[in-house]
Amino acid sequence: MSTTIAPTPLTRKDFESDQEVRWCPGCGDYSILAQTQKVLPELNVPREKFVFVSGIGCSSRFPYYVNTYGFHSIHGRAPAIATGVKASRPDLFVWVVTGDGDGLSIGGNHLVHCMRRNVDLKIILFNNRIYGLTKGQYSPTSEFGKKTKSTPMGSIDYPVNPIHLAIAAEATFVARSFDIDTKHMQETLVRAAKHKGTAFVEVFQNCNIFNDGAFKGFTDKDVRDDRVIYVEHGKPLVYGKNRDKGLRLNGTNLEVVTLGNGISESDLLVYNEEDPSPVMSYLVSALEFPHFPVPVGVFRNISKPTYDELMAGQIQKSIEISGQGNLEKLLNAGDTWTVE
Amino acid sequence: MSVKERKDLQEVTIRFAGDSGDGMQLTGTQFTNTSAVFGNDISTLPDFPAEIRAPAGSLPGVSGFQLNFSSRDIRTPGDEPNVLVAMNPAALRVNLADLEQGGILIVNSDAFNANNLKKAGYANNPIEDGSLSGYRFFSLPITSLNANALTETKLTKKEIDRCKNFFALGILYWLYDRPMKVTLDWIESRFKKNPELVKANTLSLKAGYYYGETTELFTTHYRVDKAKLAPGKYRNITGNEATAIGFVTASQLAGRPLFYASYPITPASDILHELSKHQNFGVKSFQAEDEIAAMGAAIGASFSGYLGLTGTSGPGLCLKSEALNLAVMTELPVVVVDVQRGGPSTGLPTKTEQADLLQAMFGRNSESPLAIIAPSTPGDCFAMAIEAWRIAVKYMTPVLYLSDGYLANGSEPWRIPKVEDLPKIEVKFRTEVEGFYPYLRDEKTLARPWAIPGTPGLEHRIGGLEKQDITGNVSYDPENHDHMVRLRAEKIARIANDIPEVEVLGEKEGEVLVVGWGGTYGAITAAVEECRSKRNLPVSSIHLRYLNPFPKNLGDILGRFEKVLIPELNLGQLALLIRGKFLVPARSFTKVKGKPFKISEIIDKIEETLEK
Repeated sequence: MSTTIAPTPLTRKDFESDQEVRWCPGCGDYSILAQTQKVLPELNVPREKFVFVSGIGCSSRFPYYVNTYGFHSIHGRAPAIATGVKASRPDLFVWVVTGDGDGLSIGGNHLVHCMRRNVDLKIILFNNRIYGLTKGQYSPTSEFGKKTKSTPMGSIDYPVNPIHLAIAAEATFVARSFDIDTKHMQETLVRAAKHKGTAFVEVFQNCNIFNDGAFKGFTDKDVRDDRVIYVEHGKPLVYGKNRDKGLRLNGTNLEVVTLGNGISESDLLVYNEEDPSPVMSYLVSALEFPHFPVPVGVFRNISKPTYDELMAGQIQKSIEISGQGNLEKLLNAGDTWTVE
Repeated sequence: MSVKERKDLQEVTIRFAGDSGDGMQLTGTQFTNTSAVFGNDISTLPDFPAEIRAPAGSLPGVSGFQLNFSSRDIRTPGDEPNVLVAMNPAALRVNLADLEQGGILIVNSDAFNANNLKKAGYANNPIEDGSLSGYRFFSLPITSLNANALTETKLTKKEIDRCKNFFALGILYWLYDRPMKVTLDWIESRFKKNPELVKANTLSLKAGYYYGETTELFTTHYRVDKAKLAPGKYRNITGNEATAIGFVTASQLAGRPLFYASYPITPASDILHELSKHQNFGVKSFQAEDEIAAMGAAIGASFSGYLGLTGTSGPGLCLKSEALNLAVMTELPVVVVDVQRGGPSTGLPTKTEQADLLQAMFGRNSESPLAIIAPSTPGDCFAMAIEAWRIAVKYMTPVLYLSDGYLANGSEPWRIPKVEDLPKIEVKFRTEVEGFYPYLRDEKTLARPWAIPGTPGLEHRIGGLEKQDITGNVSYDPENHDHMVRLRAEKIARIANDIPEVEVLGEKEGEVLVVGWGGTYGAITAAVEECRSKRNLPVSSIHLRYLNPFPKNLGDILGRFEKVLIPELNLGQLALLIRGKFLVPARSFTKVKGKPFKISEIIDKIEETLEK
């Protein structure tokens, strides 16, 4: 008689590598690493099936600290390398770790195309709005006029909104969270992990050395309730410490309203993350502090076939139509003749 | 109908030339396949513009296809055409200078109107001004003859005129006593969905053939007998086809599926097209967003246990450099095909050159050793594609495969190997957990283990940062870096123990040694053979298919000759490497015209080298 021993469930510890974490003390990256390591065991995936691929930058050291298969690649190219991993091996669970410089500047092209193809990758973009590893130049998400070592009179290029880029590229799952709301980040990462297709998660992450306090104005605990809005599927857009504020559609724009005095929740926009149209997700993710609360949560969550499964499907179909490839036949194809 | 004389010839070189929309590549390919199946030895040189449809009738819009067919063993598409078919004035103007004196010149006189003459820069009509009297000149109204033959079809005038290349082909088939069957079969299968086109093209071909037979213009036709090729089954193959099916074969021999990531680029795209047809072999073909992504995806696939492959040309190789270096650092088996073309920059996309050798050797930051191989003929592309993978997986290294435009588009009869005679490629994935370290090397090859995701207990991280020896952990230690740089170099150097020694054609020592590499094999070998057999000159040659590392006996052979001559389609890149490595005063013979060497050019240079 044989007994089946259930595998011991994995724990956070199983996903910690033996490498010493070398981010600056106080960096927001620690939190993202910790939340990821907490979430991974919950996914019921064998550890050897995970692959973390990163580019270059502070965030991209991430794979060294996670005890799975990992690839710390070159600047901006992680989505391309991860596409090769996932397209060849759909059985693997592939994550991409990138930053605002890595993913949106040098690697912008690859990021757009992997989202457009709906490759089944989980992408976490650490957005600290600065180049950290090269010691403090402005990044594609830095605010206009940012004074840095490379822009002593202030930057003169307009920042990109990563969520807008992801929506425009037709990513099938688009979300945002931030480093100091650990619970929200965990929930968001779990949802991203369970999504089939490209899941893009932007995480606001504080760089306490070169851009300290970039998000403090709205993420700090004492102001957060009034300055951050948690977007939830099927629910009206309500926020505020007393849940007394909301977002209402006025023409093609959103406006902040105070509930009461004839305005109720039924007047507010009810969020639909599954809307096939990108309009609502675009409108809401465009909101910025200080004129509006900063939206976090899942902006878009739709379903369509993934690149890797379509590719595998074509291989299967081709075998059904032509039979398993026969080398003898391949070599002898076309017009042939024999010399005696 | 008079009975016409038939003469036997040993070898003929024909060039078909016309507007890029005239179907000259197709016409040439049909003549080639017919001659191959007939049993001639053949060698071809397509030569077409980078523009898809340059302005009609213009000089830059001329497209040509040269083929050499023979009853003996030949190695090149021929130095000078014996026959030129010019479908318009521009084609005549561009190609006439190459035609041998007294050669056969056939022109489509219908195309020699005022407008076309002006576009080709002719002040007078060369058909009428006597300037072509040095040739056996046939001025034939091909467009109208063809139109007359097709009056009963339901095609438009434009469609009828598009068949005129097959009328011309028919004339040539009669002139060189070729069977029409191969082309008739091709027409049948190509246009099977449109019976009217089958009918029209068949009529055009046959009408051309019978026109040749009945017209009083041609008094003689010719026969080129079968060549005495080694016994076996043959097919005609281009370098790009041979490269692609060589990779599919390598994948079958290794028992691992192929992942081909590529971005369209001339002249490498045909490899992408060919591999995309073979999904039933498990080939995953990925058209990436750019060259960098293609390189990256190939690396990702190799990391995951596939045979990650990418293909490009020079400009694409520039873009791949950084990612290729990542494959050097992570020691993953990837193969990169570079079908070289004229450069620098966009250069001459459809013309051949071999000027990427130093880029392949050194075009990456820091000390970045990898294996470099180069096929020597279109058929050899098959063998070298398999060899690329044998080296890549055995040594866990990127391999650069340097083809060129001449090999890629040129064709020759290829003796089809038997599957059971092909070597197995051994792939070992590490599965044993005990004693696993990502950079613990095989003692003999210095290869690190290939431990693929999904293997329990072997979870590990690799990347572009310097590795600690054995553990693969990130290390900034100076001693370790020095050690690792030398280890990576030593691993590639050891491949020399595992590749064939170079063989000398001719005496093993003497006065002049000609050293070639890659696609110049045919011209160099034919030149050296002729110098030896007909001119009795003291010259030998070797041909390098392995550029890094070099074969082990190369230095020894170089030292046995008084003079070393290195012909290359660049400004002396192999010469630089050989001078640097072996301290021999090699003489460089260079040409960068976007065209292959002629045999005569190399013979002249050999004679000059012997004199000086």
